[in-house]
Amino acid sequence: MKSDKVINKVDLIFRKSESDEISVIKRVLEKKPIDIINNIIDSGLRGRGGAGFPTGLKWKLAYEQNSTVKYVICNADEGEPGTFKDREILDVVPQKVLAGMAICAYCIGAKKGYIYLRGEYFFLANKLEEIIENFNQKLKTIGLDFEIQLYLGSGAYVCGEETALFESLEGKRGEPRNKPPFPTSVGFLNKPTVINNVETLVYAYIITDIGPNEFKKYGTKDSRGSKVFSISGDTPKPGIYELELGMTVEDFVKEFGDGDTKAVQIGGCSGKCVPRKDFATTIIGFEGIPTGGSMMLFNSSRSMYNVLHNFLEFFCEESCGQCTPCRVGYQQLLKGIEAVKKGERPASYLEELKKLALTMKVSSKCGLGQSAANPFISIVDNFKEEMIY
Amino acid sequence: MIKEVKLKINNIEVCVPEGSTILQAAKKLNIELPTLCYHNDLSVAGNCRVCIVEVKNSRLLQPACVFPVSEGIEVFTNSNLVRQARKHIIELLLSEHNADCTECYRNNNCELQRLAYEYGVSQHLFIDLIPLKNYEKDYSSPSIIKDDSRCIRCQRCVRTCEELQAVSALTVAYRGEHMKISTFFENPMFEIVCTNCGQCVLHCPTGALIERTYIDEVWEAINDPDKHVVVQTAPAVRVALGELFGYEPGERVTGKMVTALKLLGFDSVLDTNFSADLTIIEESNELLERLKKAIKEKQKAYLPMFTSCSPGWIKFAEHMYPELLPHLSTCKSPQQMFGALVKTYYAKKIGIDPKKIVSVSIMPCTAKKFEANRPEMKSSGYRDVDYVLTTRELALMIKQAGINFSKLSETNYDNIMGKSTGAGVIFGVTGGVAEAALRTAYEIITGKEIPFPKLNIIPVRGLEGVREVTIKIDGTLPEWDFLEGMELRVAIAHGLANAKRLIEKILSGQVNYHFVEIMACPGGCLGGGGQPIPVNTEIRKSRVKAIYEEDENMPLRKSHENPDVIALYNEFLHKPLGHKSHELLHVTYTPRKRY
Ligand SMILES: Cc1cc2nc3c(=O)[nH]c(=O)nc-3n(C[C@H](O)[C@H](O)[C@H](O)COP(=O)(O)O)c2cc1C
Ligand code: SF4
Repeated sequence: MKSDKVINKVDLIFRKSESDEISVIKRVLEKKPIDIINNIIDSGLRGRGGAGFPTGLKWKLAYEQNSTVKYVICNADEGEPGTFKDREILDVVPQKVLAGMAICAYCIGAKKGYIYLRGEYFFLANKLEEIIENFNQKLKTIGLDFEIQLYLGSGAYVCGEETALFESLEGKRGEPRNKPPFPTSVGFLNKPTVINNVETLVYAYIITDIGPNEFKKYGTKDSRGSKVFSISGDTPKPGIYELELGMTVEDFVKEFGDGDTKAVQIGGCSGKCVPRKDFATTIIGFEGIPTGGSMMLFNSSRSMYNVLHNFLEFFCEESCGQCTPCRVGYQQLLKGIEAVKKGERPASYLEELKKLALTMKVSSKCGLGQSAANPFISIVDNFKEEMIY
Repeated sequence: MIKEVKLKINNIEVCVPEGSTILQAAKKLNIELPTLCYHNDLSVAGNCRVCIVEVKNSRLLQPACVFPVSEGIEVFTNSNLVRQARKHIIELLLSEHNADCTECYRNNNCELQRLAYEYGVSQHLFIDLIPLKNYEKDYSSPSIIKDDSRCIRCQRCVRTCEELQAVSALTVAYRGEHMKISTFFENPMFEIVCTNCGQCVLHCPTGALIERTYIDEVWEAINDPDKHVVVQTAPAVRVALGELFGYEPGERVTGKMVTALKLLGFDSVLDTNFSADLTIIEESNELLERLKKAIKEKQKAYLPMFTSCSPGWIKFAEHMYPELLPHLSTCKSPQQMFGALVKTYYAKKIGIDPKKIVSVSIMPCTAKKFEANRPEMKSSGYRDVDYVLTTRELALMIKQAGINFSKLSETNYDNIMGKSTGAGVIFGVTGGVAEAALRTAYEIITGKEIPFPKLNIIPVRGLEGVREVTIKIDGTLPEWDFLEGMELRVAIAHGLANAKRLIEKILSGQVNYHFVEIMACPGGCLGGGGQPIPVNTEIRKSRVKAIYEEDENMPLRKSHENPDVIALYNEFLHKPLGHKSHELLHVTYTPRKRY
């Protein structure tokens, strides 16, 4: 545990690159795909979209698939409330995202890539189209047979789930699929597909450019490197920050709190809530609580019942509705805490609901239902009085 | 060669072919895992989650219906974690489900009810969500009632409508708590592309989709001393009705059914097989006319000619292929021909005012309810058919009357329009109309029996989705000499998705035929939307076997030999495609919108 670690601001993502993207890709084309992939594996980079799957391994799995048609997809759906870092990245350093996709395409043998852009980010679309057009042209001139296309999403949170995203991209209703099979073997249009978060692709590009060791300098054994955080809530300085992974919540709160922080919600509504008593012992990263980037700070003026209520309302609306535990489970959790608050059910009903949340965690089809237990149990357990009185 | 995979279920070893699911592996050990969204006829959805099982070293429980086995995995189907989750899931479904079972048409034959009973989950652990829902009940269709309060959102109906029928009238709308099964623009069932085939009803695990019932109306007619109530029974009913009285699928109960109908109080119990034979006479002549026009007279004739006895197919064609409507035989379906004759020929023969006749039909079909309701189906001045009951409704009536079905003796149909041939019986199976038509048409052309052993035209039979046969015509009579040596090309499709496949090929010019038989339902009428629930390939196969047995057991096997049909032509119609026939037995179709 690096409890002594103070907050460390990093500047990898947004800084101006030493080398321009196309020349990096040119260099890549001279190497063997597997060497590039091994570099990414060596860097320890894990997905920045939330689930944290090792990126190099994901690319390798797709690389090993015997198929003439493969896809690279950039997940820019960014629907998690409190997250707005992908928008910033696409706005400020879009070239790096495209370069990450191109490198991935070269590695796995894909000829076509898509950026699935959150519908609400339509204002970015025109500018992106132009940049993509330009980029596609440049790829042609350096002889990489790969083309990127922009797709504006339909606005549903669940469409950020990778397999629902494929369905949506295929023109169908955005409902998550069963896994296995996984996208690296059966993805978009049932072809091997690498789908990565915007930020993951940028780091993949950076690692390819500066080498895995530069990246590994940051972070911890389980959480290599840095990550972009979207910081919101009761903080004097909300915004986007690239920070080294592995800090404790205490360090984080020292830097971003308003002096009265009672809880931090790590990883958006589907993440966990850390109460003040656990600040010092909780690490932000894969060995502690991982996050897709969202950090919400709550001070003592906040009702945690309301916070949980809001989260549950969000899930009740945003569940795709196909699977029972998630569709009905969230409704029951929501109505359940209301009933306890109103005194229509005894406080012990919260225990029943916690069991239900665990059922949702193990039996839902996708991450949306599976993450029910995270906010529910961490908030109910740590702020029980607020739930009842 | 397919590799075998070894795994353990509840510590017991089992070997299954690679690619099998846990559900299939469990079945091999005689373990039936609970399922709701799963149906053998459909693609796997894995969305209800009741079949979840524990797989060692997996963070999540896995749906057995879709999870592929791999070498060495260890599966637990009854662990505490599984049982807890499964109970929760059933409780959750019940919390948004209208569980007034006594008011439900599917009471005692409901998959959710059975699970709730087996898992002892009726004590309402969770909050009742029904008051918060704005559930709607759609009564607009004469065939199908859609009751959202009974829906468990398993999407079996959606997959049925899309995968088996290529109609996609039912779709998922909204997300989350508002998610529901709906229609295009949420239009009422009567105003959408629904073909009324009732396959969704057949595949619904609960009472969310049921047929519109007319049992009370029929009782009322029977009990009205002023009414003369005539009933006809479709060929496929007799090979399935038994299932609703505990018989194995494929047991023929024709004689008992006739006895039961008489006990119920119908004034005359007649057979749709009779009008199936009649349909064959009219339809084969129509086909021969078209061939003559095309080949001998070198004029434009609409070929191939498509059959028209499946009302689900008719409505499908009206919506999806209006350009094909001139290709459809103009023959009414046997049900409607029968109805038209009951109120004319039959009425005259027994000397009853047609006004007093109530014409009831027992059908394996929900689309027949819609068909009977069509405005063009009253050319005699009266509605051809007043009430259509499904096989299921008939079983209910028999139960209401307290009739001990299995103890009944067997009786024959009544006279006048009660006689039939084996050719009429096979209308109930895919390929049957084609076979019956060939038996007759060939003989008209050549004066000889079609050259197949025992008249069984084996190549048209089977459950392959699309089939084709070529029949060489040899030794024509002088009138038909222009057909000498010709190869008559016949195609058969059942299930509208297969029909669509076939039609697309025809329209693109890849294939061409003279005669095409289409049945809306998988298996033909024996797999119809009004048949006993459940249905699956095995059950359909048993019913197929029964239909062909029934055919082989008939003394007469060719429609043109039916003595009642011969009498009908002599006394009333005079000749096939004649003036009277056109007036009473033929119709035209209505192009409809594609959505
Ligand atoms: C409900 C739900 C929503 C998600 N939304 C996003 C999203 O907006 N952006 C994203 O990158 N990943 C999202 N994910 C995660 C993706 O499924 C997937 O894991 C990710 O795109 C993989 O990329 P990575 O390995 O680079 O993180 C979501 C997952 C779930 C279950
Ligand atoms: S967990 Fe929720 S969002 Fe995911 S598939 Fe199930 S219902 Fe849809």
